[in-house]
Amino acid sequence: MSPEQNSILKVSKLVKRFGGFHALDGLSFHVVPGEILGLVGPNGSGKTTAINVISGLYAPDGGEVVFDGASSGGVASHKLVHRGINRTFQVPKPFLSLTVRENIQVALAYGGATGTPPSIAELLEEYRLKEVADRPAADLNSAQQKMLDLTRALATRPRLLLLDELAAGLNPAELDWIAGRIKALAATGMAIIVVEHLMGFIEQITDRVIVLNAGKEIFEGTLATAVREPQVIEVFLGGEHAH
Amino acid sequence: MHNASKHLLFILAPLVVVFALLPGVYQNHLLLFNFVIFLILAQGVNIIYGFTGYLPFGYVGFFGAGAYGFAIMVMHLQTPAPLAVLVGGLVAVALGLLLTPLLRLSGAYFAIANLAASLAVLHFVANPALEGITKGPYGVSLTGTFNPTHAYYAAVIVMALTVGAVIYLKNSPFGLALQAVREDAVSASMAGVNIVKMRVIAWLASALVAGLAGGIYAWYVSVFYPDNVFSGEFSIFAIVFALFGGVATITGPIVGVLILYGIYNLIGFTTPQYFQLIYGLLIMGLVLFLPAGLVSLATRRGWHVP
Repeated sequence: MSPEQNSILKVSKLVKRFGGFHALDGLSFHVVPGEILGLVGPNGSGKTTAINVISGLYAPDGGEVVFDGASSGGVASHKLVHRGINRTFQVPKPFLSLTVRENIQVALAYGGATGTPPSIAELLEEYRLKEVADRPAADLNSAQQKMLDLTRALATRPRLLLLDELAAGLNPAELDWIAGRIKALAATGMAIIVVEHLMGFIEQITDRVIVLNAGKEIFEGTLATAVREPQVIEVFLGGEHAH
Repeated sequence: MHNASKHLLFILAPLVVVFALLPGVYQNHLLLFNFVIFLILAQGVNIIYGFTGYLPFGYVGFFGAGAYGFAIMVMHLQTPAPLAVLVGGLVAVALGLLLTPLLRLSGAYFAIANLAASLAVLHFVANPALEGITKGPYGVSLTGTFNPTHAYYAAVIVMALTVGAVIYLKNSPFGLALQAVREDAVSASMAGVNIVKMRVIAWLASALVAGLAGGIYAWYVSVFYPDNVFSGEFSIFAIVFALFGGVATITGPIVGVLILYGIYNLIGFTTPQYFQLIYGLLIMGLVLFLPAGLVSLATRRGWHVP
C-alpha cells in the first residue's frame, strides 16, 4: 500500500484567495499518521494560510481537504477539533486573564478528546508549566506561552497537530528539548505538520518536507535533497545561485 | 466544601435573607425594591459583559420589553401577574434572538448598535399607531394586578436565580469557556468551544433576567410610560454599578450596587443640590483609578475574590 492511501490528511489543488492575491494556488500534499512533515518556503509562500485552511479558520476557495476519509474544507474549527485536528499559533493566543490551569481545563472540557483525556498534571509537568499553573497566562514569558498554546492543543488529543513556528524564539537548549517532545508525540502515531524557518530544527525533526513557493508545492522529499534542487535554491536565494 | 456550595452559602443565602427580611424593619419599600432591581440588572450586565465582553449599552431594551410584555398580557388577556412576568422574560428573550446579528460586532460598535436597538424598541412601543396594543405614548395603568408586596418578593426570587446563575458561571466549565471566548475567540474555537453558540446563550440569559426584572417592575409600579421603562438610566446605572464593583466575579456587581446606589440615595436625601456633581466626580474617579473595579484592590494583592 502506498503511503498516500494511508494518509490521515490529504490536500488536493487547494486554492485560497485574498482579493486578487492567490495565497494558495493549487497546493497538494498529504501526511500519514506518525509522520512529521515540514512546510518550508519563503515569507508569503502560503505556509500559514495552508495551516489556517486545514484548521478551519478560513474556508478554501477551491480544491479539497480530506481528513480521515471525510471532506473537512470549510468545516468550523471547533468541529475539526472534535474530529482530531489541532494547532498552535505563530503568535501564541492564550486566554490571558485565566490561569494556566484554567486555560487547559477549557480545552479538556470542550475539546471532545477521544478516549481518555490527558491528565492536566502530566501536561503541566511535561511542558514545564507546573510552577506557573495557578498564575494568569498574562504573566508567562513568550516561551511559556508557546508551551501553553501547545498543551491547550494536546489536551484535545489531536491525531493531526499543526505547529506554526513553535520553535522561533526558543534558545538552543529549549529547541533540543522541544524537538525531543515533538518526536515523542509522532512516535505515538500523531501526524504532525511543522511550519518553521529554522532549517536546523526542520532537519532535526522532519521525515519529509514540502517546499512552497507562491502558494504551490515545488518540491517534496527530504530536506537534504531539497537543498540540492535548483528550483528550491532559486526561490530561497535567487536565480544566480541555482547554476 | 465545594466552591459553588460555599458561594451559595456565604454570598447568595445572606443576600436573599437580608432582602427578604428588610421590608419588616425598613419602611421605604420602594427604595428596597429598586435595590433588588438593580442587583438583578447589574448581574445581568455581568453575565453578558463580564463573561463575554459585549458591553450592552442598550440593556434597558430588554427591561422595557419585559415591562410591556407584562402589561400587554395583563391588559389584553387578564393574565395573572406571575405568569405575565414569565411572558415578559420570554418577550425579552425573543427580542434578544432578533438582535443576535449584533453579536457579529464588537467593542464600541456593538455598544452603539445595541443602544440604537433599544431606542428603536422604545419608539416602536411608543408609536401612537399601536395605541390599541401598547397604549402608545400615553402609558399603561395596571391597577388590577397592583400588589407591591408580591412584586417585591418576586424580585427577590429573580435576584436569587440571577446570582445563582452567576455562581454557576463562576464555577463551571461553561463559564470558563465563555471567558475563554471573551479573551480570544480563535483560540477558544481551537479548544473545541462553539463560540457562536456560547455567545448567544449568554446574550439570551442576560436578556431573560432583564425581561423578568422589567415585568416585575411593571407589576410593582403598575402605572408607567414608555419613557420610564426604556429610560437609558437603567442601562447606565446597571453598567456603572457592575463595573464599579468589578465584573466576571459574583460579589463585584453586588458590592457595586450596594455602595454606589447607596451613596446615590444618600446624596439624594441629604444634599440633592450637589447630587450630580458628587456622583459625576465619583464615577470619574472610578474610571481613572480603578478601571477594573473595587475587587481589583484585592486581586492586585493576589487575593482571590469570588
